[in-house]
Amino acid sequence: MSTLVIEGLRATVAGREILRGVDLTVHSGEVHAVMGPNGAGKSTLSHVLMGRPGYTVTGGQVLLDGVDLLPLPTWKRAQAGLFLGMQYPIEVPGVSLRDVLAEAFTASGRDATQVPALVGAEAARVGFDERFLLRSMNADLSGGERKRNETVQLGVLGPRFAVLDEIDSGLDVDALRAVSRRIEAATTESGLGVLAITHYTRLLKELHPDRVHVLSKGRIVTSAGPELADELESTGYAGWAEDMEEPAGGATAAGRPPDPFADPFA
Amino acid sequence: MRGPSWLGALRSAAFERYSSSPLPTEAAEEWRYSRIAELDLDRYAPVTDAGPISSSETVSDPVLDAILSALPDAVAIEVGMDGTVAVTGHHPAVAVTDLAADNSPEAPIGAIAGEPDALVSLNLALAAAPLVVDVGRSSGAVPTVIVVHRVGTNGAAVFPRLLVRVARNADASIVEVLAGSDVESLVVPVTELQVDDAGRLAYVHVQMLGRRTWQIALQSSAVGRDATLTSAAISLGCDYARMRTDSALVAPGSTGKLLAVYFADGHQMHDLRTNQDHRAPQSTSDLYFKGVVANRSRSVYTGLIRVEKGARATNAFQTNRNLVLHEGAHADSVPNLEIEDNDVRCSHASAVGPIDADQLFYLESRGVPTEAAGRLIALGFLDEVLDRLPVPAIAAPLRLALAAKLDEAESIEASLVGVAEREVAG
Repeated sequence: MSTLVIEGLRATVAGREILRGVDLTVHSGEVHAVMGPNGAGKSTLSHVLMGRPGYTVTGGQVLLDGVDLLPLPTWKRAQAGLFLGMQYPIEVPGVSLRDVLAEAFTASGRDATQVPALVGAEAARVGFDERFLLRSMNADLSGGERKRNETVQLGVLGPRFAVLDEIDSGLDVDALRAVSRRIEAATTESGLGVLAITHYTRLLKELHPDRVHVLSKGRIVTSAGPELADELESTGYAGWAEDMEEPAGGATAAGRPPDPFADPFA
Repeated sequence: MRGPSWLGALRSAAFERYSSSPLPTEAAEEWRYSRIAELDLDRYAPVTDAGPISSSETVSDPVLDAILSALPDAVAIEVGMDGTVAVTGHHPAVAVTDLAADNSPEAPIGAIAGEPDALVSLNLALAAAPLVVDVGRSSGAVPTVIVVHRVGTNGAAVFPRLLVRVARNADASIVEVLAGSDVESLVVPVTELQVDDAGRLAYVHVQMLGRRTWQIALQSSAVGRDATLTSAAISLGCDYARMRTDSALVAPGSTGKLLAVYFADGHQMHDLRTNQDHRAPQSTSDLYFKGVVANRSRSVYTGLIRVEKGARATNAFQTNRNLVLHEGAHADSVPNLEIEDNDVRCSHASAVGPIDADQLFYLESRGVPTEAAGRLIALGFLDEVLDRLPVPAIAAPLRLALAAKLDEAESIEASLVGVAEREVAG
């Protein structure tokens, strides 16, 4: 049994405070949904947990079984058992899924020769086309295929906790179901704890949460059982003002430069 | 120098032209950004039996061995620095002619390349064993030829010369490898590629010379009606490595695909200059060059797409991307267009930048350590070109060579940083 404790987490982006003291505890096998209006800080929370450059932590801690993850570089957080399923999985030219997972296995002392078989099995479970496996990571994949790809990696890596950032965005119904089923299976098979960040209740029809939290203005303002999701379905976020916006340009404002290899004629 | 009298006459005339024309300087547009001003020809001498320099040293290179074993059925031509030529293997469609052999027939060397500068004249004057490889039509597997030059003598000036002629409707794969040991020498290769109507030529130039060696290379091609040339330059070695690629599309329907992978570390410089010359309608050129610069190294890419008036319905593409691994390294990319016909489709793109922070974060978020993630990204970046290599069998050895370069760059960087820290501390 593992525990992920987020305590008083505060973070700024470009000098602006987005997270203002987030508290959350997730145990193995639990599914927690973090919902909230646009600009509440949902994506910031997922990026800060994984240590994405461009975000500055100004307070609090994130304890995985008592070990604070915040001082660790991203890859060590991953090795400690945290996984981030990204809203916009990034294309890495010339680098295949297998290469990446083999390096991750090697770095953690696992047997990298198992990777192809594990990848094959996971791809079959979520219906990810085998012919994508040798291609460049995320290159020329549809939104749904990218999320299946994220789920394959989650399945192979077998983390203790997964933060899923809008995993439902860009997914068709079939893909949403396949991805949700795989994640839900992991909660019982390997005791995966899940923090599913989403704007819509659609995901929670497939991935059944034990707890639902509302994030607003950088804080968890209310927490309840799955019935809260149904309530939000009918009332929306009206009770929680949408007065705090993500910085202009969304993720780009996190201090990341524009793609230096972007084709100027594209 | 050995050779028939017609070649002797050609050499003397070329030497006359060399003597009466100045060496190129950086003032000429063709040599801007180059290191030509540092060239001191007096430090080198051709390798001859009678001369002060003898070719006694042997050069061995594990990547070269791997390339040779990847092409077991190739006709292999070993050219010694003194002009000895040893051919092993045989293919009924391949004819190898050493023009310096007694009674060799006359061949139109220089007809494609011309003599754009004095160093090309010098190559013709001093090429110890100008070679012609003729490839005719054959059935079955594509005839493959590998030409190997080993440069392992200090002070040697070496002038490889190769003319490849691919007959009408014929297919050919030619790999030319320049391997070397850690010697101070000058290598001036001139390669001419002629692809006759509907022929297909895959040509790969692999430069793995020693890191004190200079290369000043010219590759010149003429592609005929409905013919296709796919050429790739892999530039790894040398202190200064220049490669000029002139690709002329001389007949309707001709296609020239130009690829390059270059990797500079330490204080190396790679200097690539290209001309995509459209002289006929419905011709296509597609250039894709990618390079990595590490440590204190430099690269410069300068490319011109030229579309002559009347070369209508032409497609011309040019892409050059550079990855800068360390702050002390520098890459320049200078694309140019000269279009004299309206009916053309033309694009160029160039980029210079560090490893993408998003890509790095993505791989790290899977548990890949930062350094390993950077390696994957850098090798993947170059792999996009290797994936298109027209002789796929040698991609695997080249990947190993690139991985070794990356290791070398990391260890050089560690020592450079160490020196800098000691200086600060001192």
